[in-house]
Amino acid sequence: MERHELIVIGGGPAGLTAATAARKAGVEDVLILEREDCLGGILNQCIHNGFGLHRFKEELTGPEYAQRWIDEAASLNIPFRTGTMVLELSSDRILTCTGRISGLEQLQADAVILAMGCRERPRGALNIPGYRPAGIYSAGTAQRLINIEGRMPGREVVILGSGDIGLIMARRLTLEGAQVKAVAELMPYSSGLRRNIVQCLDDFGIPLKLSHTVVNIHGKRRVEGVVLAQVDENRRPIPGTEEEIPCDTLLLSVGLLPENELSELAGVPIDPATSGPSVNENFETGVAGIFACGNVLHVHDLVDHVSEEAECAGRAAAEYLRGARAQRHEIPLRSGDGVTGIVPQRIDPSALPEVLNLRFRVRREVRNHYLSVYAGGERIFHQKRRIMTPGQMEEIALKRELVPLTTTEIRVAMEEA
Amino acid sequence: MLDVLIAGAGVVGCAVARELSRYALDVAVLEREEDVGAGTSKANSAIIHAGFDAEPGTLKARFNVEGCARMGALSQELDIPFRRNGSLVVALTEEDLPKLAELKARGEANGVPELRILSGDEARRMEPALSEHIAAALYAPTAGIVCPFELTQALAENACVNGVLFHMNTRVEQIEAIDGGYRVRSDRGTFDAKVVVNCAGLYSDEIHNQLCDEKLHIVPRRGEYMLLDRKAGALADKTIFQCPGKLGKGVLVTPTVHGNLMIGPTAEDIDDREATCTTAEGLAKAASTASLSVPELPLKQVITSFAGLRAHLDGSAHDFRIGESRPGYFEAAGVESPGLTAAPAIGAYLAGEIAVHLNARIKPDFVATRRVVRPRELDFASRQALIRENPAYGNIICRCEQVSEGEILDAIRRPLGARSLDGVKRRTRAGMGRCQAGFCSARVMELLRRELGADFEVTKCGPGSPMTVKDGKER
Repeated sequence: MERHELIVIGGGPAGLTAATAARKAGVEDVLILEREDCLGGILNQCIHNGFGLHRFKEELTGPEYAQRWIDEAASLNIPFRTGTMVLELSSDRILTCTGRISGLEQLQADAVILAMGCRERPRGALNIPGYRPAGIYSAGTAQRLINIEGRMPGREVVILGSGDIGLIMARRLTLEGAQVKAVAELMPYSSGLRRNIVQCLDDFGIPLKLSHTVVNIHGKRRVEGVVLAQVDENRRPIPGTEEEIPCDTLLLSVGLLPENELSELAGVPIDPATSGPSVNENFETGVAGIFACGNVLHVHDLVDHVSEEAECAGRAAAEYLRGARAQRHEIPLRSGDGVTGIVPQRIDPSALPEVLNLRFRVRREVRNHYLSVYAGGERIFHQKRRIMTPGQMEEIALKRELVPLTTTEIRVAMEEA
Repeated sequence: MLDVLIAGAGVVGCAVARELSRYALDVAVLEREEDVGAGTSKANSAIIHAGFDAEPGTLKARFNVEGCARMGALSQELDIPFRRNGSLVVALTEEDLPKLAELKARGEANGVPELRILSGDEARRMEPALSEHIAAALYAPTAGIVCPFELTQALAENACVNGVLFHMNTRVEQIEAIDGGYRVRSDRGTFDAKVVVNCAGLYSDEIHNQLCDEKLHIVPRRGEYMLLDRKAGALADKTIFQCPGKLGKGVLVTPTVHGNLMIGPTAEDIDDREATCTTAEGLAKAASTASLSVPELPLKQVITSFAGLRAHLDGSAHDFRIGESRPGYFEAAGVESPGLTAAPAIGAYLAGEIAVHLNARIKPDFVATRRVVRPRELDFASRQALIRENPAYGNIICRCEQVSEGEILDAIRRPLGARSLDGVKRRTRAGMGRCQAGFCSARVMELLRRELGADFEVTKCGPGSPMTVKDGKER
């Protein structure tokens, strides 16, 4: 069986960054497996700008951001196989892959980095009643059709969900000559970035209907219209508020899910809060030698954060491969009030980097609230944030010296003033 | 003049066509949709019923039991995904117990083998997800689950290979008796045939009423379903029916032959024969009723929902209407549940009658079998060899169901091949997984164009359902 020191599954931003970081940290034998015909992942279809503000202090388009990392990987002569899909991954890191060129084969890796990204939630997950005609697309599929295939999904569009891809597509469709009639959002707030609401909706006069959802889809063969209704505080449609909007297309931007089929096959424990692997501060999953980063770990708002985490994962995999493993004593990180989906899920207080980045989301939109971190009963971090919303990932940079070595649990909470 | 014209390429029409293709006859099928099995045959429980529901002596009972018995050999012959997983009818309360005994007696009278009444605990040992309230269950080991799409396609393909002509996108509009047969006018030309077979499902009454004095009326009976992710598929191994009782006919919980979990159907009589839409009320009812037998249904794992319309024959007969209703005019009307199970038996019966009527002789060169390449079902070495020989089988297009380019090309190139996204989906499962075609639809569209020409308009399900529009700026 072909053997490699490190195999990175996925050649998007996470996989590329992790692979280059591992190579720079001394791993000679790195191989990237990518199912598409070229590297870059989902960024290849994200032709809008706004990528890389943190990382490169520049506003890049998605393909440009990806190209920086593709060039970096090329300058380090990191090998990759495109058009190769991993079908199975075992807990002892045997990968079964298939592709046009290499055929069906099995590879053995000493370490694996999971970087498979995420996928969109489909209509079925919402169980929207009505017909099942042509013209219902997830926002990312529509993005691929327009930006890669050069085809228009429709002319008169309603978008359900105000996640970033939905907002970006509202603008994109408008620029391509379609009429976006409304963006409906189930929650009382948008789950997209503020700047996207301004630049993609407000600037084009596209109405954002908060606390609204689609309650019916008309048209047997092609979408002819959708019915929107207002929802109450329990997100249930309020009778009498229905409004029919004629359209030929319904775009769904109703959430992203980390794509962890392979992780689960390998027995990697999954955190229900993030739908991604539970990892420690080194981005190592519950299975030795298997690391995770990027949107397969938890869904990010900014690719810059993906790169940052992926670098840590790449360096940690290199360290793992050097075999310098101290005995670890891990303690859990828990979500307190108002907080969910903390990454990492567990740490070893005696092995922390100088600054430990905690990333998570708040459960509701608040103003002038505090984020607090407790070690056992002791508050070790307390900081006011002017505005927090579930649509924006929160981050706490926790200094190593603040974490007591003897603590048995860390808890993060959102608190009122 | 044709020997036989079949109206409708649902599972019954295709079964009749396939059985008739054993004879030296000129046979054609007219279908209003762009694909076979695009009506009731695609939206049902996908169950092979054991045969204890129908009253002894009815056509339903006869063709159900015979169809169930035939399915094993047929699935082998035509390479159709089928598993005899067995079924349970659960008694939700003690009051249902006499009903179970009645079903068992009925089944035995119908000739259903190996029926057994289990205690609640025995049933739960067999199906640990069953509710603790279940008092007893009727176990039928001969019941099964089948891929209804592939059953219909396989019958049609095999008929096609043996010389039956299929005219798709062709709707029967008018039918009249002429000298020595019938004249059928469609929106795409006129066909004369010595024998007409009405397999028009929801519209079988419209054809019947043009030829017969006794009028029929089909009532569309809508059933709504939810399909769950394969992760939930292990929750049930047997098909779990509820005892018909005070709460109505009940809904079932079943694994599908592809490993998903399915719940449904509701039963609602409606007027519109095209109303295959789901409703919030219907889906909620399916979920709440199903949870009476399996309380811990992971409804968060629903990946899609759909509705099917059964062709229920109005009136007191409660039976299929199958046979020669006037000389040379055969019909299969009111084929509701257990129609999918019964179809192969109905096909064999009607074909036999028609062969006698036309004094047809058996063709010596009838091809009885059909094969499909299924890379996922091969062992590692065989799959590796297959991909080496044809790399398209190594290129995964649908990642949820791991469907390769090779399988999609096969689906397009087969006899009566796919011409739409739904056609590809129902032949290969591309788009049927947890992302519901989010990933593969653009790629499948491209493959359809590559195979059928750059100008081919890719649709979801035929005319009127384009997947994309011309450039948006051209308004």
